[in-house]
Order: sequence, then C-alpha cells, then structure tokens
Amino acid sequence: MAVLILADHDNETLNDQTAKSVTAAKAMGGDIHILCAGSGCSGVAAQAAKLDGVAKVLCASDDAYGHDLAEPLADLIVSLAGDYEHLVGGATTTGKNVMPRVAALLDTNMISDISAVESPDTFERPIYAGNAMAVVKCGDPKKVITVRGASFDATGEGGSAAVEEIAAVANPGLSEWVEDKVISSDRPELTSAKIVISGGRGMGSKENFEIIDKVADKLGAAVGASRAAVDSGYAPNDYQVGQTGKVVAPDLYIAVGISGAIQHLAGMKDSKVIVAINKDEEAPIFQVADYGLVADLFDAVPKLEAAL
Amino acid sequence: MKVLVPVKRVIDYNVKVRVKADQSGVDLANVKMSMNPFDEISVEQAIRMKEAGQVEEIVVVSIGVTKNQETLRTALAMGADRAILVEATDNAENDIEPLAVAKILKGIVEEEQPGLVLLGKQAIDNDANATGQMLSALLGWSQATFASKVEIEGDKATVTREVDGGLQVIKVNMPAIVTVDLRLNEPRYASLPNIMKAKKKPMDTKTPADYGVDVTPRLVTVKVTEPPARQAGVIVGSVEELVDKLKNEAGVI
Repeated sequence: MAVLILADHDNETLNDQTAKSVTAAKAMGGDIHILCAGSGCSGVAAQAAKLDGVAKVLCASDDAYGHDLAEPLADLIVSLAGDYEHLVGGATTTGKNVMPRVAALLDTNMISDISAVESPDTFERPIYAGNAMAVVKCGDPKKVITVRGASFDATGEGGSAAVEEIAAVANPGLSEWVEDKVISSDRPELTSAKIVISGGRGMGSKENFEIIDKVADKLGAAVGASRAAVDSGYAPNDYQVGQTGKVVAPDLYIAVGISGAIQHLAGMKDSKVIVAINKDEEAPIFQVADYGLVADLFDAVPKLEAAL
Repeated sequence: MKVLVPVKRVIDYNVKVRVKADQSGVDLANVKMSMNPFDEISVEQAIRMKEAGQVEEIVVVSIGVTKNQETLRTALAMGADRAILVEATDNAENDIEPLAVAKILKGIVEEEQPGLVLLGKQAIDNDANATGQMLSALLGWSQATFASKVEIEGDKATVTREVDGGLQVIKVNMPAIVTVDLRLNEPRYASLPNIMKAKKKPMDTKTPADYGVDVTPRLVTVKVTEPPARQAGVIVGSVEELVDKLKNEAGVI
C-alpha cells in the first residue's frame, strides 16, 4: 500500500511542510504520492515532483480547490483513498481543517499532529500541549494523519516523479471563499524560520515590539509572540507561539519578556538553542533556556541589536 | 434558531499535568477539572447571539462521566438554556475519541435539529482538533473552523478564520458547524444568582447506546511518557557575552 500526502501550498509555492511530511511518510512504508489540489497549481506539482522519495504527483487543478475549502478537498481525497493505507496532511491550518473530515468520511479516528513514526501503524503525538507524549497504535485499515512540521526535517530534492493530472470531483457547494487577509512581510514564515525572536507581556505595548522587529531584521529572523502578548493586543494572533498558536523549532529561539507559561513552552521547547531575556530571574523560561540574561529588555534588546 | 454547544470536561489549563508511573496515561486523581477553554468561548458566542436576538435556545451537551454535570452546570450558569449529559464511561481516564463523540453528536443533532453547532477548535487534553470537522463530515454540513468572527445573515454565515499567515473569510451555508478560536470573544464569568438559577435548568441524561454509538477506542494508547527534559543552561552576565556565546559556542548566528 502507499501513502498519499496532501501538499501544503498557495497555488504558486510548495510549503516546506510538505517536504517534512515526506520525511514522516518514508517511515510509513510504500510508495509516496503527493496530491497537489489547487487552482492553476501545476507549478507546485512540478516542485513536489522534485522531492526525494516521491513516486508520483497527482495534480488536481480546479477553482474548487483554490482556497483550501474543506468540503471539496475532503471529497477529493476520499475519492482517491482506495489506493492508500496512509492519508497524510501537515499539521497546518489546512491539514487540520481537512484531514479530520477525511477521517470521519472513511470511518476511522484521526491521528493528529504526530511527532514520530514508530512503525507503519504506531505513532507518537504530543498531548496536553506537549506536556506528555502518547504513543498510539491504529488498527484501522486507513490511517489519517497530520504531521507536526517542527518534529521532522525536510526531505531533500533530487527526485523526478511523474506528474499525473487528475479530474476534480463534484463540489458539494457548501461554502465559498470570500477573501484572504494575509499579512505581507519580508520576514521568513514563523514555522520555517531558522531564527525566531518573540516578545511577551513584558513588551508593554504594540509600539515597543519595534525593538524586536529591529533585531529580527538584523538576524533575518521571524517575529513571534506569547499568548499573553497577543491577548494584550501587542501582536497579531498569527504571531502566537504556543499550544494554541504555532509550534516552532528553529535553530535559535530568543524569548524576550516572556515568563514561560506552560502554554508558550509547548510551542517552542524543541528549538535547538533557546535564549531568554527577562528581568525576573525566577521566570520559568530560564529553566528551558540554554542562555539566560537577567536584564531589563528595554536596555538589553537595543544593545543586542547594536552588537549584531 | 437553536444552537447546540458541546462542552468537554478537561484538566484545568493551569494545572501542571503528571504522567503516571505505569505510563498508562496522565494522572487525573484529585486534579482540578474545568470546562475546556475553547468550549467556554463557544458557549459565550452562543449567549451573545441569543442576546442579539439571533438565537432562541442554547442546548449544551457533554459526553463523558457523571461528573460532567458540573461542566454543564457551568455552561447553564453562563447562560445556556438546557443540557444533555451523555454518560459514556464511568472512568474519567477513558477519553472518548473524537470520532465516537462526533457520532453521538450527530444523533443529538438529528433529534434537536439545531441551525448551528458551535464547538471549541480543540480540547486541551488530547489536542486532537478533530471533533467539529468530523461532525460536519458525518452530517454533510458546511464547516468553518478556527473562527475569530461569525456573522449570520439568513441562510448563510460569514466566518473569519484564523489561518497560518493571516485570516481567511468564507461564507458557509446554514446549518453549519463552526469551531471557535481564541480571539472570537472573552467568556464571561457566571454570577452567583445565575449559578443558583442554573441548578433548576433542565438536564437530560443519555447514553451512547441511545444514539447507537459504540465508544470503544479505535486507537490503542501504547504508552504515555514525559517529554524529554531540556538541560539547564547558563546565565550570562551581559549582552556582549550572550552574542559571543551564540556566535562561538552555539554557532547559531
């Protein structure tokens, strides 16, 4: 049996998550096929075909799939499911939206947000915001899975899989796209950035986040925030790192004015090197930091920017 | 319109969870339990819609142990009208899987005929983020997940969704399944008079068998372990020392 991976993309560029899902799929066994469903997405299919280990790319280009609406996408995946034992999506907002719908239509339970593949039917996944790790075994013939990007390295390029155009299936017409409000930024995307610098409640205001932005620009880093900072209106919600936001695992994570609530640690504790800057030396963030600096952030962060 | 709001009883989000020594799960003995925080947001949303005259009745449902009554009473005290308890297990450690929960909810939807089901986007215990999507699939309804804004006009709902990289606005046919994200609203606290009143609000008790659902888990939990701990690091004395360490010791900048 084979693995079908739902590609994450924006109709132009393949998201790095897909290459990470391929790495996870290699441990599941069987041929790896990628489904690129979108509108005018043949360029994405060509990118997916280059990923190492991919045997075939299915490209379904239709207006119904242009905006990742769950109902038509789930129906498309279910129509293809007969050939596959594993149906895999990224643990992105697209995968989380679509894959549980697929699972229910196939009458199998969802295996969400896996962090390791122990065997083709046994997977590790974080529960309780990563405060515990569960290993679960799925006896159902179909396994519907989302893959936590931060837990897998991206597979390399070098493949040359065949791309097969496939037809769209009937659109149930239950929902329609209205608009995207995407915040454009020159900075790297939070979940794929090599360096992330995040601010917490200690930042004190939206305006003060500017000192974080300056360091981010010098380092080519993405900017994140704790839930406390988002709740206080200092940063937009898509900056949020943590259990209820994004899970990141960059090479370097710099936490500024973040106390280190359980919910935040859940989103960043797999980072390779963690730096904490906080004036409270008792802050729990120091228990996970490789390098801690007990200092007033309004003094230390501009100094850091100057020193880089 | 009637709104159905499922609520889950979970370990309170402020409690540090402990993994049991036999690796069978997380210790729930003598631990504070509360309503799943995302479900509080969906209850609040339903109440605001009722206050705005868009909703006539709010029915809350909880699936689990007898003690889930407490969670339902909390929702009733916030402002829900009526509750359904589905006693699916006598042991709180038996988490009912999202697929089984969705099947039970499907049965309740067929009986109650709500125009909208509002669910939390995920439960903070199993973190599955699946029940709403599954219920939507089983009913063949539209789904709008991770909502930060919900506006209903006639037979359509316009929902702003929190997605990676920003927001997506979609329009879905009613009846619909909406799962809610953090920024939708800030849930209210129940006042003491409302807590007293909630005790008199109706609560039905059902079982999964009433809906023809088998709750036997489809996934077997092999083990539950502590995540690997990070080694304690060092406290540096200055920004200069920090930059030096990041450059020369860690090699990350």
